[in-house]
Amino acid sequence: MQRMMFGPLLFFLFFGNPLKDNVQLFTNESNQQLSVGSGLRLPAGFSATVMADSVGKARHIIINKNGVIYVKLSKLLNGKGILRLQDSNSDGIIDNITGFGNYIGTGITIKNGYLYASSNAEVFRYKLDSNEEVISPDEPEKIITGLINGRQHNTKSLALDNNGNIYVNIGSPSNSCQEIDRGVGSKGKDPCPVLDSAGGIWQFKADKLNQTYKDGVRYATGLRNVMGLKWNEEVNELFVVQHGRDQLDMFPEFFTPQQNAVIPAEEMFMVKKGDDCGWPYCYFDVQQNKKVLAPEYGGDGKKTTRCEGVVQPIVAFPAHMAPNDLLFYTGNMFPAKYKNGAFVAFHGSWNRSPEKQEGYYVVFVPFKDGKPNAAWEVFADGFSGVETVMSPRQAQHRPCGLAMGPDGALYVTDDVKGKIYKITYQGN
Amino acid sequence: MKRIFFLIPVASIVLIGMTTQQIDKKVMDRGKKVYSQYCSPCHQADGSGVPGLNPPLEKTTHVLGNKSSLIKIILKGLNTHEEINGETYNNVMAPHNHLTDQQISDVLTYVRNSFGNKASLITVAEVKSVRAKTK
Repeated sequence: MQRMMFGPLLFFLFFGNPLKDNVQLFTNESNQQLSVGSGLRLPAGFSATVMADSVGKARHIIINKNGVIYVKLSKLLNGKGILRLQDSNSDGIIDNITGFGNYIGTGITIKNGYLYASSNAEVFRYKLDSNEEVISPDEPEKIITGLINGRQHNTKSLALDNNGNIYVNIGSPSNSCQEIDRGVGSKGKDPCPVLDSAGGIWQFKADKLNQTYKDGVRYATGLRNVMGLKWNEEVNELFVVQHGRDQLDMFPEFFTPQQNAVIPAEEMFMVKKGDDCGWPYCYFDVQQNKKVLAPEYGGDGKKTTRCEGVVQPIVAFPAHMAPNDLLFYTGNMFPAKYKNGAFVAFHGSWNRSPEKQEGYYVVFVPFKDGKPNAAWEVFADGFSGVETVMSPRQAQHRPCGLAMGPDGALYVTDDVKGKIYKITYQGN
Repeated sequence: MKRIFFLIPVASIVLIGMTTQQIDKKVMDRGKKVYSQYCSPCHQADGSGVPGLNPPLEKTTHVLGNKSSLIKIILKGLNTHEEINGETYNNVMAPHNHLTDQQISDVLTYVRNSFGNKASLITVAEVKSVRAKTK
């Protein structure tokens, strides 16, 4: 209850007058400079290098305490789904690549002496030695199995808390739970039947084998598809970034393609056990700055019935940009402003035509005490390699995963060509 | 001799016309309009699709091959997750049977002759016939 009352106040603080248009959500990039070699544009004092440039469909990434990189692939590379990358002579270039795991997927992380990795239906863990190296790459423990793999939104992002729990995103296998998925004018199933097994975050035990739905807890619901999923150590809460809904203009009586291009936000939430973030009944309208009833459920772009009680986002990003990862910066390399703030990797949009596509960059959201305290800004841009992306295939690189190295550098994966970028701060 | 030189280009034009068919600009314009409204949001204005999500329409067997199968995809949608030119695509295509025979004929003719594609047109009669058999 306390959070619900606090929500609107937070919005006012972060976004100013909610009646103003959403231009304030975009911040300027004029302070950015080109980092030669990587092609990225970064704030002054930062630079980027490319550590590897063809490691396949590189999705989420995690780095051990010695700087060894583990990357999860969404397409097997030489039969392997996880890569171990090492820069053994410390020249900034990966010179040692090995692989293991014969399954594709996205999620990968390290916690308490284990490497955790997900396929699109299961979660595995690999015991690490004292150097945080995988001991038996071919003998993982299967800790979770049988999760819905509906193709759409089937990636299973992972996060762990400090109480022995693992959190898994189970995305909805549809856009908006319509009778005919993505069908023009098709009504939403009511109630949406998949919410008992998808469209939310599930909590399991991190150390118990072969868990299925009956062993897990639906920790939060009403989340269409979450790829950015992180446990925030500062406030001990789970934070998520959701891929918001597509195709509002399947209801042309209420929405033009231009409106669809800008209205339904990509939302960041702090979620607590039992939270309902609204999908598929509600979406967040960035122009009205509030949750609105979806047209599949009788909405007309204005009605807010069914949406009053749902959890409000702590940040609303522009529509369709596809937030693929979230990272809280806890390192010491970057300036103080970045400490405990959030980086979000936006894979880039496809559903904004006839407008140009948006995203294809990494943004930074300043945080204080576990809450955003200033407008977000573009941090690393230029991944696409072109000035304007009209169609996603034009993008030469797309940011997907984020990790922090032991030295505090920020690593970003690209799942088009398989680049691994390393972003460091040297000062001015 | 002069006459033969004159005849070669004329014959070539006739031959090209016979093999590729001349697509009426009006059909292409109407097809583009349908494409922009119903297809381009997912398949993109340039027909290149969205990697991993929505398949491309450039030089694929579905687009350039069997006409009845292509018409059926418009009428019934597609949810097969098959590999298309080495990649798979996760999003579903909803049935578009609300489009008229004329619209389907126009848009498929447009798609088969855009994005580097070159293939015969699809007639209203062909759409009508497939629709009658597709229930």
